[in-house]
Amino acid sequence: MLVHSRSGRWALWALFLLLFVPLFAVPLLVIVAASFSTNWSGAFPSGPTVEHYAAATRGESLQALTTSLVTALVAGLLALLVGSWAALAAHALRKRGKRLMDTLFMLPVAVPSVVVGLAVLVAFSQPPFLLNGTRWIVILAHTVLVTAFAYQSVSAAIVRLDPAYEQAAASLGATPSYVLWRVKLPLLLPSLNAAAGLCFALSMGELSATMMLYPPDWLPLPVRIFTATDRGSLFTGSAVAVVLMGATLLVLLAVSRIRTRASYR
Amino acid sequence: MSGVGGDGVGGDIGIRFDGVSVAYGSNTVLDSLDLTVERGEVMALLGPSGSGKTTALRAVAGFVTPARGRVHIGDRDVTHLPPHRRGVGMVVQSYALFPHLRVEDNVAFGLKAQKADKAAIPGRVAEALEMTGMAAYAKRYPRELSGGQQQRVAIARALAIRPGVLLLDEPLSALDAQLRSGMLAELARLHRELPDVSILYVTHDQVEALTLADRIAVMDKARLQDCGTPQELYRSPRTEFTASFVGNANLLPVRVGSGSGQVRLGDAELKVDTAGVAAGATATLCVRPHLVGLGEGANTLRGAVAEVQWRGATHRLYVDVAGQRVKADVRELRTPPALGSQVALHFAPEDAVLLSAGVAADA
Repeated sequence: MLVHSRSGRWALWALFLLLFVPLFAVPLLVIVAASFSTNWSGAFPSGPTVEHYAAATRGESLQALTTSLVTALVAGLLALLVGSWAALAAHALRKRGKRLMDTLFMLPVAVPSVVVGLAVLVAFSQPPFLLNGTRWIVILAHTVLVTAFAYQSVSAAIVRLDPAYEQAAASLGATPSYVLWRVKLPLLLPSLNAAAGLCFALSMGELSATMMLYPPDWLPLPVRIFTATDRGSLFTGSAVAVVLMGATLLVLLAVSRIRTRASYR
Repeated sequence: MSGVGGDGVGGDIGIRFDGVSVAYGSNTVLDSLDLTVERGEVMALLGPSGSGKTTALRAVAGFVTPARGRVHIGDRDVTHLPPHRRGVGMVVQSYALFPHLRVEDNVAFGLKAQKADKAAIPGRVAEALEMTGMAAYAKRYPRELSGGQQQRVAIARALAIRPGVLLLDEPLSALDAQLRSGMLAELARLHRELPDVSILYVTHDQVEALTLADRIAVMDKARLQDCGTPQELYRSPRTEFTASFVGNANLLPVRVGSGSGQVRLGDAELKVDTAGVAAGATATLCVRPHLVGLGEGANTLRGAVAEVQWRGATHRLYVDVAGQRVKADVRELRTPPALGSQVALHFAPEDAVLLSAGVAADA
């Protein structure tokens, strides 16, 4: 604690709540409130109902949830695989090669996701790589977008890894691949896990690139929320948004439970 | 069992450096090192930080590649062999125990990595843990062990692969003083139990080197300064650096007199062995503080007391003699001399070593 006096601490808490509640808590609470109401013309919503949830958890909405979960899982795992591989490879490179890799993997983050979406659309609309109109173009775009984050977080973890472990293993006769599987990856597991969670969450919420790419039979949840609210069904949209939020948080919670079991110190 | 240690086991295992130089860019961190560690010998690489001692050890382990020269382990030239094919055991300052593995799996790591006979592994692990007194901790994780225990596990892990060569890189520096002297005794015992293992022991602590080593290689400024048994280096150092680094000797500039066996320090005539030093030349007189006594004797120095330190069993006196500060460790005094008072110090002619100026300038 940097602030020692009791009144100072209370003042800080008050300031924190003043900033946190309106910025972070209220918007989320508003969505939750809206999802349970039929009308919101005064200061508070009215006409309490659970009907929106009935709609949000069956039929097209349920299918959109499944679509989103599958997309995020596949894209997240692909991104984790590619990003970690690239990060491990980049770490073995010399300075210049490493910097080049860092820059390459910065691109999808630096470029607006609409641009990435358009690029993927243009690139994969012609044979021999004709993915347009299939679910794979959505998954591909999500993978491209989130791989950068996987690369960065795994890269940071590799730098923090004490090279003494690797050297001790090598001196004991372990080949580089044995070191990778038995020492480096187990020690990186907490970071890989965190990276997977991050990728999953980012993919679950991706809208702008998805909007340009999704085929009729592969409509992820954020798109569904957007179309619902665009049609004016704000309350239905809110319920779907709450479902999206809940599903994402549940998966992240599960992932973080694995993480605490996998961290050794 | 001999299959496991790689091709390194068997034969006459030792380490040989042939003119090994290591450079990072234009910065030479090890300059043409020639050194042989005999089979079963404990060689300490002693020097201050930045002296190149750790670089020499890493050249044996394979973590640095020499710019010039060859490194041999036994009769194999390992200069360009990757670390995992060298068959050396290594213990580093931080121990680097694998935090995700239990003690027994840490110790078994090398055997599994080398694809040892599965049935033999538990026995070998138990043996290594037994040897280091850690058998009771086999199921623990490294984080559940104290520093000294982690140290033992690290040694057990290195010994389990039955290396012909054991590399110890400042293995005791993370331990507190009491544990350190205990571990020193342990290491000495281990070496008696494994008489064929050559040990390269990197340290900046002269006590560790003097206690444990059969021979000491003194390093400074990327170069080997001196090499010999602890007694040789302590009693008759060949360079000023060795004299001051090993045993913290008094180094006094003297002029050799015309008569043999005579040197002058200020206006004091001193009798020492002047063999090998030309008459009239300047030289460095080297005397250990604990061999300097209070009072007059064969060689007497007079001066004013500059400082008195009580060190329990001894008093350390700093006396200014002819512009030089002389250190003397004498048995605890009832009434230590007052600061500024004139005292006489003496030492026996055979306790002093004369270093010629040429050698001194190099160090």
